[in-house]
Amino acid sequence: MMKRSAEIIAFLLLFSCVLPSALAGPSGPGDGYTIAGHVKLEGATSKGFTPMEKSNSKVILNGGQRVTFLRADGYFSFHNVPAGTHLIEVSAMGYFFSPVRIDISSRNPGKIQAALTENRRVLHELVLEPLREEQYYEIREPFSLMSLLKSPMGLMVGFMVLVVFLMPKLMENMDPEEMRRAQEEMRAQGVPSLSNLLPGRSS
Amino acid sequence: MAMAVRVCLGFLIVLLYSNFSTALYEDQVGLADWHQKYIGKVKQAVFPTQKSGRRRVVVSTEENVIASLDLRRGDIFWRHVLGKDDHVDQIDIALGKYFITLSSEGSILRAWNLPDGQMMWESAFYVSTPSKSLLYVPANINLGKENWFLVFSGGWLHAVSSIDGEIVWKKEFAIDSLEIKQVFQPPESDIIYAVGFVGSSQFSVCELSSKSGEVLKHNTASFPGGFCGEASLVSSDMLVALDATRSALIAISFQSGIINFHQTYISDLVQDFSGMAALLPVKFTGIFAMKTVSSIYLVRVKGVSELEVLEKFNHPASVSDALTLSEEQQAFGIVQHVETKIDFRVKLDKDLRNGVLKETIEMDPQRGHVQKVFISNYVRTDKSHGFRALIVMEDHSLSLVQQGVVVWSREDGLASIIDSTTSELPVEKEGVSVAEVEHNLFEWLKGHALKLKGTLLLASPDEIAAIQAMRLKNSERNKMTRDHNGFRKLIIVLTRAGKLLALHTGDGRIIWSLFFPSLHRSEACEHPSALNIYQWQVPHHHAMHENPSVLVVGRCGPSHDALGFFSVVDSYTGKERNSLKLAHSIIQVIPLPLTDSTEQRLHLIIDANLQAHLYPRTRDSVNIFLREMSNIYRHSIEVGKDMIRGYSLQSGCNLDVADEYCFNTKELWSIVFPSESEKIATTATRKINEVVHTQAKVIADQDVMYKYVSRNILFVATVAPKAAGEIGSVTPEEAWLVAYLIDAVTGRILHRVTHHGAQGPIHAVVSENWVVYHYFNLRAHRYEMSVIEIYDRSRADNKDVWKLVLGKHNLTSPVSSYSRPDVMVKSQSYFFTHSVKAMAVTATAKGITSKQLLIGTIGDQVLALDKRFLDPRRNVTLTQSEKEEGIIPLTDSLPIIPQAYVTHALQVEGLRGIVTIPARLESTTLVFSYGVDIFFTRIAPSRTYDSLTEDFSYALLLITIVALVAAIFATWILSEKKELREKWR
Repeated sequence: MMKRSAEIIAFLLLFSCVLPSALAGPSGPGDGYTIAGHVKLEGATSKGFTPMEKSNSKVILNGGQRVTFLRADGYFSFHNVPAGTHLIEVSAMGYFFSPVRIDISSRNPGKIQAALTENRRVLHELVLEPLREEQYYEIREPFSLMSLLKSPMGLMVGFMVLVVFLMPKLMENMDPEEMRRAQEEMRAQGVPSLSNLLPGRSS
Repeated sequence: MAMAVRVCLGFLIVLLYSNFSTALYEDQVGLADWHQKYIGKVKQAVFPTQKSGRRRVVVSTEENVIASLDLRRGDIFWRHVLGKDDHVDQIDIALGKYFITLSSEGSILRAWNLPDGQMMWESAFYVSTPSKSLLYVPANINLGKENWFLVFSGGWLHAVSSIDGEIVWKKEFAIDSLEIKQVFQPPESDIIYAVGFVGSSQFSVCELSSKSGEVLKHNTASFPGGFCGEASLVSSDMLVALDATRSALIAISFQSGIINFHQTYISDLVQDFSGMAALLPVKFTGIFAMKTVSSIYLVRVKGVSELEVLEKFNHPASVSDALTLSEEQQAFGIVQHVETKIDFRVKLDKDLRNGVLKETIEMDPQRGHVQKVFISNYVRTDKSHGFRALIVMEDHSLSLVQQGVVVWSREDGLASIIDSTTSELPVEKEGVSVAEVEHNLFEWLKGHALKLKGTLLLASPDEIAAIQAMRLKNSERNKMTRDHNGFRKLIIVLTRAGKLLALHTGDGRIIWSLFFPSLHRSEACEHPSALNIYQWQVPHHHAMHENPSVLVVGRCGPSHDALGFFSVVDSYTGKERNSLKLAHSIIQVIPLPLTDSTEQRLHLIIDANLQAHLYPRTRDSVNIFLREMSNIYRHSIEVGKDMIRGYSLQSGCNLDVADEYCFNTKELWSIVFPSESEKIATTATRKINEVVHTQAKVIADQDVMYKYVSRNILFVATVAPKAAGEIGSVTPEEAWLVAYLIDAVTGRILHRVTHHGAQGPIHAVVSENWVVYHYFNLRAHRYEMSVIEIYDRSRADNKDVWKLVLGKHNLTSPVSSYSRPDVMVKSQSYFFTHSVKAMAVTATAKGITSKQLLIGTIGDQVLALDKRFLDPRRNVTLTQSEKEEGIIPLTDSLPIIPQAYVTHALQVEGLRGIVTIPARLESTTLVFSYGVDIFFTRIAPSRTYDSLTEDFSYALLLITIVALVAAIFATWILSEKKELREKWR
C-alpha cells in the first residue's frame, strides 16, 4: 500500500505540469464550471447486479440541490457549478460511499480539488469508489450443533444433562468430612441473601 | 476479585448491548413491512411506436418522476426521481429507443435508454433568461444518419446531436429579445423555422440553416393590438395567437417571408363569450383548441381570414394531442363528463362530424374530474384501428381505458401525501369469527414442523418457498379488527389533491377513499383544498358505540385569508359525518388535550385576525374550555419577520355579532431575532401525544438526574442570513447557527448555543428532555448531529434511588412554567456521513422502551440510530461505572450499520416524512414513511422483549420439553435401579 502511494506521488511529481484538469473546466458562456467524474462499482458484475440497479444510482450535489444519474460507463457530470466548496454524495443501493468535498477555486479558474470527507483522502482524479459494500440483511447462520445448544432450549437441556450426570460425580469425589463442614457453615450463616451475592457489596 | 467480577459484568453488559440493530433476515421481508411505488400526477405521456416498446408508455410527472409503465397492468418498468428543482418541461421519444427529457427550465437535456432506463447522455445549456422551453425532435429521423434535436431555452436555440448529446451549433435570440414560440423543420428541408414574439407587439419569423444555425432570413412585423404570448401552430406557414386582452384571435400567415395578420373577435366566433380565453397546447394540423371559462372549442382554420368553430365541449372535458395514424390522417381523443360517467370519443381530423369511437365508461366518483387524456392506437385483428386512452383524474390517479372498461388504475395521489393520522380498527365482536386461523391441530403441527426445518436450515428450496408463502399469507395481519398487540390500524392520509385515503397497516391496501374538492365545490367555494387532518373523536369509555372520526380542515382558496371549511369523516366507513362552512379563515389549528362528554376533541382555530374559535360548537365544550382557559397558551412563529410571539386567551371577541365560541388572544411575550445576523431556519416541538415514563434518570454511582420534561419546550434554530442558501455558497467565517431552547409559555430562553461555521439545512427532533439536530459543518465540510439534554437542577437534592424505586418519591410536586427553572444542559456533537431528508423519533405506548432516531438519508433510506449513540455523556475514557451503565465510548462520527436500515434493501424514493405510531405492545413502534413511495414497517428499538417473535419455534420448545421429560424418566429409572442395587448389596 505504502509503495503504491509512493508511486502515485512520483507519478504526480513527474506529470504534475501535464496533468490536465481531468476533473473540470469552465464550460460555455456560463459563469460556472463543470464537475465531471466517474463512479466505479467494482464487483457489481460478480455480485450479479443487473444493469437496472446500476441505472438507479444517483450522484447528488450539495445535499439535494442537484441530482444526476450515472451513464452506462459510470461517468457523471454537473454543469454550471459556481466556484466554492461543494459536497458530492453518491447513492447506490448496496454500497457505502464517502461524501466528497470539491473545492473549485475562483482565483485560479478551473482548478478543482477533491477529497473524501470520511477519511480525508485526497483524490487526484474524481474516481469514486465505494468504501464498502452494505449488507442489509442478517445472514442466517448455517445449521450447527453449537447454535442449537446456544439457544435457550439448548441451554436448558445442557444444564440438565450437566446436573444429572456431573453433580453425582462431583458429590462422589467430595470428601465426606469437607461436605459436612460446608453444610455446617451454611447453617451458621443462615440463608444467603441476594445482596451478599452482589459484587458491589462484598468489597 | 470483586474488580474482576465488575469487569466481567461490564463486559457482559457491553456485549448484550452491542447488538443494537433490529436487523432482519432476508426471508423476513414482507412479514411486517410493505412498500408501494408511485409516480405522482402525470404531466406528459408518450407512447413508443416502435415494435419493442409497444406495450409501454413513458411519462413525466409533477413529482419530477420519469417512468416507463406497463400498458397491460400499469406496473412500473423503470423509474427515476429527478432532483427537487429539476422539473421536467418536455419529453419525447427519438429514434424509437431513446427517451428524451428537457428539464430545469430547459437547461438540462437527457437521453434515456427506453428498455431499461439507463441514462445515455446528458447535456447542459446555459440559460440567461428564464423562459418557456421548447424541444423539437424531428419526426422523420433516420437511423443511420446523424440527427439533431432542437432545444430553445433561455434565449438560445441549440442543435444537439442525437448520438452523444454534443451541441452542434447554437444561436442566441436573447439579444433581439425574441422569444421563440415554435420551432419546426418541414420534412425534406434544410431550413428550420423559428417563430416567436419580440416584446408584446412584434411577430418574428426566422429561417435558419439546419447545418450551421446561420440565419438565412429574418422577418418581423408588428401588430398594434399586442399579443399575450400564447400561440398555436396550425400549419407550416400559419399560426394562431391570442391578443393582449385574450379576447381576440389573430391568425398569422408567414408564407415565403410575408407576414399577414387577421384579427377575429372571439365573441364573433362563439356565443356568450366572456372573460378570457386560452389556447390549449395541442398539435393538430389546421385545427386549434381554445379554452374559455365554460367550454373547450375546436376551431378549424380555413384561411387567414376564415375561422370556423367545429365543436364545443362543456367543462369538465379534456382534449388529447393529435395522434398520427398515417401520412394524412390524424386522430384525437376527447373525454367529457356525463353525470357520473365519462364519455370517451376519438375523432379523425378528416371526418369530425362522425367519431371513430364512442365509449361510455363508469368512473369512480371519488376521482373527481378529468384533467388530461393521452391516446394511443393499436391495430385490431381486422386491420382497423383501436384506441386506448390514458386518463389523468383530478385526484392524480392514472387509468387506462380500452374497449369501454377501465383496464387498470394507479392511485398516484399517494405520491404527494401532506398529512397523516391513524385510527384504531373496530373491536372483534364475540361470536363472529373473522377468519379460521388454523384448520386443525394436524395442519398446525405440520406448519410448525416445516418452520422448524426452516430454522434448522434443513429445508429444501421448495419447502422454503412453501414456508415463505405460508408466512405472507398469514390472514391474521390483514383482518379488519383490532388486535391484541395494536399492530393492525388504519393509516389515514391526506394527499395534495385533497383526497383522504385509509390504508390498512397489514398490507397497505386502500380501505376507503374520499375526494374533498368534489364534495365541497360550490359557488362560494371554488377551489377547495384540504390542509390537515386531526383526530376528532377517539371513543374510549363513554361513546363506545360510536365510530372514531377524523377532522379535515380545508380552505376555499389558495390565499391565507380564504374562508375555511371543516369536515368530520367516519374512520371506519369513510363517509362524511358532517361538514361546516366556517365564517372565518384558518391560520393555525390547535388540538387541545381536552375532550367533551362525547369524547370529541376540542380544537382551537386561529384566524387571520388572531382570534381563536372553539370547536365543536357546543355548550358542553365551552364549559370545559372556560375551566382550562387560563392554562392554554399559543405561540406563533413568523419566519419572514424572524419573530416568535406568545399569546394567552381572553373571553370575548370584537365581532359585530356576539359569539361565545370566539376568544381573543393577548400577546404575552415576543422574541425578536436580530435580522442582520439571524434568520429562523427550523423550529421543532415535542409531539403532543408523547408519553414519558420516568422523569428521573439514574446514572452511575446511584445518582439521580431529573429530566426537564415540559410540553412547552420549543426548539428554534437560526442561521446567518448569508448562509441561508445552499452548501457551497458561503465561507465558514460568514456562517453560524444558533440553537435556542425556549419555554413557549413564558418566552424564557432556557438555553442558547452558537455553532460557528455551521449552516443549514437543519432537521431537528424534540423528545422527552432532549433535542437532536442535524446541520452542516462548513469547517470540517461534513454533516454534524448535535444533542442537547436538559435537566432540572432545582430538584437535584431530592435524590434517593430507593425512594424512587419504591415509588415513595414525591414527583407529583407541581411544576410550573412560571417558576424560575434552574436547568442544567449537557450537549455533544458528532459527525454524520449523509445528508438528511427527514428525521423522527420512535414512540411507544408507555415510553419505557429506549428510543431510536429514524433518519431519512439522502439515499431515500430510513436508518434507525440508537439514541445512546447521541448521549452527551459519551466520553473517550469511561469509568467503570459508566461502562456498566452502557455508555458507549466516544467516537467522532456516528456509525452507520447497514442492518439498521429499517427500509432494508428498499428505497422510499423522494422521502419527505417519517411518522411513528406507538403500538399497544410496549416494545414496538409502527413506522410509516412517505415520499413518492410509501413504506410501512414495525420496529422494536430494544427488541421484542415483551412477546415472542413470529419465528419463535414452538416445535423446538415441544421437542425440548419432550426431551426433558424423557430425561427425567430415564434418570428416575436409573436411580431406582441404582437404589435397588444398593439395597441388594
